[in-house]
Amino acid sequence: MKVEMTVNGNLESHDVEARTLLVNYLRDTLALTGTNIGCDTTSCGACTVLINGQSVKSCTVLAVQASGDDVTTIEGMASEDGTMHPVQAAFQECHGLQCGYCTPGMVMAITSLLKENPEPTEEEVRVGLEGNLCRCTGYHNIVESALMASRSLGVHS
Amino acid sequence: MIPASFDYVRANSLDEAIALLGEHGDEAKLLAGGHSLLPLMKLRIAQPAMLVDIGRLRELSYVRDEKEYVTVGALTRHHDVATSPVALASAAVLAHVADQIGDPQVRHRGTIGGSISHGDPASDLPAVLLALGATLVVQGPNGQREIAAKDFFLSFFEVALAPQEVLVEVRVPRSVEWGFEKLTKRAQDWAIVGAVAVRTSNGVGVGLINMGPVPLRAGAVEEAVASGSNAVDAAEFAADGTEPSADFNGSVAYRQHVAKVLVRRALEKVGV
Repeated sequence: MKVEMTVNGNLESHDVEARTLLVNYLRDTLALTGTNIGCDTTSCGACTVLINGQSVKSCTVLAVQASGDDVTTIEGMASEDGTMHPVQAAFQECHGLQCGYCTPGMVMAITSLLKENPEPTEEEVRVGLEGNLCRCTGYHNIVESALMASRSLGVHS
Repeated sequence: MIPASFDYVRANSLDEAIALLGEHGDEAKLLAGGHSLLPLMKLRIAQPAMLVDIGRLRELSYVRDEKEYVTVGALTRHHDVATSPVALASAAVLAHVADQIGDPQVRHRGTIGGSISHGDPASDLPAVLLALGATLVVQGPNGQREIAAKDFFLSFFEVALAPQEVLVEVRVPRSVEWGFEKLTKRAQDWAIVGAVAVRTSNGVGVGLINMGPVPLRAGAVEEAVASGSNAVDAAEFAADGTEPSADFNGSVAYRQHVAKVLVRRALEKVGV
């Protein structure tokens, strides 16, 4: 089946099997391997990407379902000159990662969260990240990263 | 995990979806947000030969205040129910429960109609609809019909939709007072047991989550409340007629005990 979608600003068009999951389309067809597969069962959030600005788990969306949509992955976050997105910069500043496997999904989930709630409390961040699992950090610095990103996005806008 | 092969059609109208269901019969399944169906397909528990994607029928995505009722289009996503000013004002229990489903990513995709049509006894929304005495509007080749929520959930993962019918709208009476109690081990888990109580113009309704093969209405509790019992006494009837399963989360006796505790708490929140 033909799928056509905008991924990180580029119009992509490919012929895929209907059963192709969005995460596999992104990783295998488009070679955007920043989006990780963790649990593959809609639980861990490692595969989180944005569809039309909202966080989704790309292991539970068919590529054909996203045809016509605007998809953003971790590769689409930094500016063209390499300047990191404020959420990415906050992860670096706050040391919001250890092994890094959950990080792309965390960054995308926080980006969506801050769009819906630009100035979340710490508790709102913790609840807002209920769909993203991290087995290294204990979450503390990830939450700090989200709060810092909220402050820097507020300054920018 | 990749699903078994299937054909995929994106329906451009409700009529087209109904016609496609007629054409492909039992081989076809409707796909809305896909957050109930796709996990089953990835595990190959479900292997439909044809998916009819109705996810783009935005005309079925709305929350409306219709004086006596609040109506919710079947393709309204959980996130949109949870943040709807109409739902928050006049059907707050629905908004609250929609906001407890899964996690933000799941709520961005999953729809109220998909969740209800799935008929999972462990999901939260069916119990809320039972407690509210909701009406479900379904459409088939011969037009629309209405099904009371209490007649909708037939058996384990089976609902009263005919093969060519599509759930199009959920209609709930206005409610202000409600209590929702859900026992989970982790935030995003399904309920080990859940209970919901609501007060509408028809009295107090009580629903139970994961207490048997179908979503349940706690009729004996409702009767006790209607005849003047307080929350403690009425909640003693919460396990009547329930057949919960036993698993690593709890035995039958444990679940029945928890149901009484959660029903009491839910009743107290509606002033019983």
